[in-house]
Amino acid sequence: MAKIMKSDASVRSASPVINAGVGIVSYGYFVPRLRIKVSDIAATWGKDASVGESLGVKEKAVGAWDEDSCTFAVEASRMALKATAGANGGSGINPQEIGAIYVGSESKPYAVKPSAAIVAEAIQATPSLTAADLEFACKAGTAGMQMAMGLVSSGMINYGLAIGSDTAQAQPGDALEYTAGSGAAAFIIGKKNVIATIDDTYSFTTDTPDFWRRQHAEFPQHAGRFTGEPAYFKHVQGATQGILEKTGTTTKDYDYVVFHQPNGKFPLRVAKSLGFGDEAVKQGLITPFIGNTYSAASMIGLVSVLDVAKPGDKILLCSYGSGSGSDAFVLTVQDEITKPNRRPSVKLLDYIAKNKKYVDYAGYAKHRKKIKHIE
Amino acid sequence: MTEGIARIWRNQRDRYNLIGTHCEECKNDFFPQRKICPVCRRKGKLKEKQMPTTGKIYSFTLVTGGPVGFDYETPYYLAIVELDNKVKILTQIVDSDDDKVKIGQPVKAMFRRIQTHGEEGLIAYGYKFKVV
Repeated sequence: MAKIMKSDASVRSASPVINAGVGIVSYGYFVPRLRIKVSDIAATWGKDASVGESLGVKEKAVGAWDEDSCTFAVEASRMALKATAGANGGSGINPQEIGAIYVGSESKPYAVKPSAAIVAEAIQATPSLTAADLEFACKAGTAGMQMAMGLVSSGMINYGLAIGSDTAQAQPGDALEYTAGSGAAAFIIGKKNVIATIDDTYSFTTDTPDFWRRQHAEFPQHAGRFTGEPAYFKHVQGATQGILEKTGTTTKDYDYVVFHQPNGKFPLRVAKSLGFGDEAVKQGLITPFIGNTYSAASMIGLVSVLDVAKPGDKILLCSYGSGSGSDAFVLTVQDEITKPNRRPSVKLLDYIAKNKKYVDYAGYAKHRKKIKHIE
Repeated sequence: MTEGIARIWRNQRDRYNLIGTHCEECKNDFFPQRKICPVCRRKGKLKEKQMPTTGKIYSFTLVTGGPVGFDYETPYYLAIVELDNKVKILTQIVDSDDDKVKIGQPVKAMFRRIQTHGEEGLIAYGYKFKVV
């Protein structure tokens, strides 16, 4: 891999630096209330209860029967809009000023019919906007952030809304079932009133067959251990090293780093391999409490970091989507974040800790419609 | 019982964002939307107005024998919620502990599925409320 990186270095340093004052104007999140303990899933399938420990995940969030990635996206977007209340001298941002909405998800309620249009209607941003749903396994949400950045930077729109949202699917009994969680994160991208600038972005993409779901298939399939080294690690390392090189920074320049988190262990391992300390990773590591939220996973980690970040803090974000690719971002937190009513009123970690109700495996199977039932 | 597609579409504004009406003559708010002010009749001047998304439980019941199509959610709480502008609406209460579902409890609107046309048909979204 080091060889590939070297041969690409000249191309990367010649690519344009994105920083044009564009950044995150506000953010929101949503995590459903239901939880199932990983030990309950293990017990159902006759596995050892220690499986959760080896994955670094204690429990996962489960969407109720009347929730889906679209309802999560709406809730997260509404929170993001509400968190603009202190912007523009207290007038906030009018949803009609949002010129683009992108919903990244691999659990769309419709194969054909855009969640993004439903979100647009539910936040009263219609009709003068462009909207689309995106899919790139777990990194479609950050792809939406890049698209919104491009449109804002070019002056085509004032604000863009990028959302990552999933009710993660897993076949009953499959290893994915221990970690496949549910949640959403939404970011309003713009040039004015930014709480954190996005100083640069860099992506790393190859055709890698580690995880997929075929058209009409209910559950994804994966290549077991192959999802590690040649997939997650190669792409996260590639994108992170790429953006460090592109921005002329080192791991020591960052107060926080957020990686895609398919389990509680991979982000710590990849951080260590790149030279980041565990402390930089901890605040953005959310998967141990709610599972892998797929398209939302790295974005919801960024939410947790922004909840506590101070002006001047440097953040490195790197997503990962199977198939495979990673989008890396460098952010600098701005003074705007300290103004009143510029962040959600409840911090993500507090919300997760206080807003939960456990279900057993049967309850989980019922809510996620894994039980055959003729309506 | 499921509604027709056109009716679901017509109700979207009300159900997604609690868009009701306000009469500029008598200053009353109405939800769902009215075509004619029930107070001022032909003298009323109605315009669309978004209702508050917060309120309190005015009355409630626990439905233990839900109708066809409500299998997944039964038993469920059905409540009359008095919004902050005093308008009362009928709604389900979700995501709330049983001991918190009480008259007078503050609630807020949530965006949820309210009906689906089977596994392959349309999904209708709308409001339900949760105790805050």
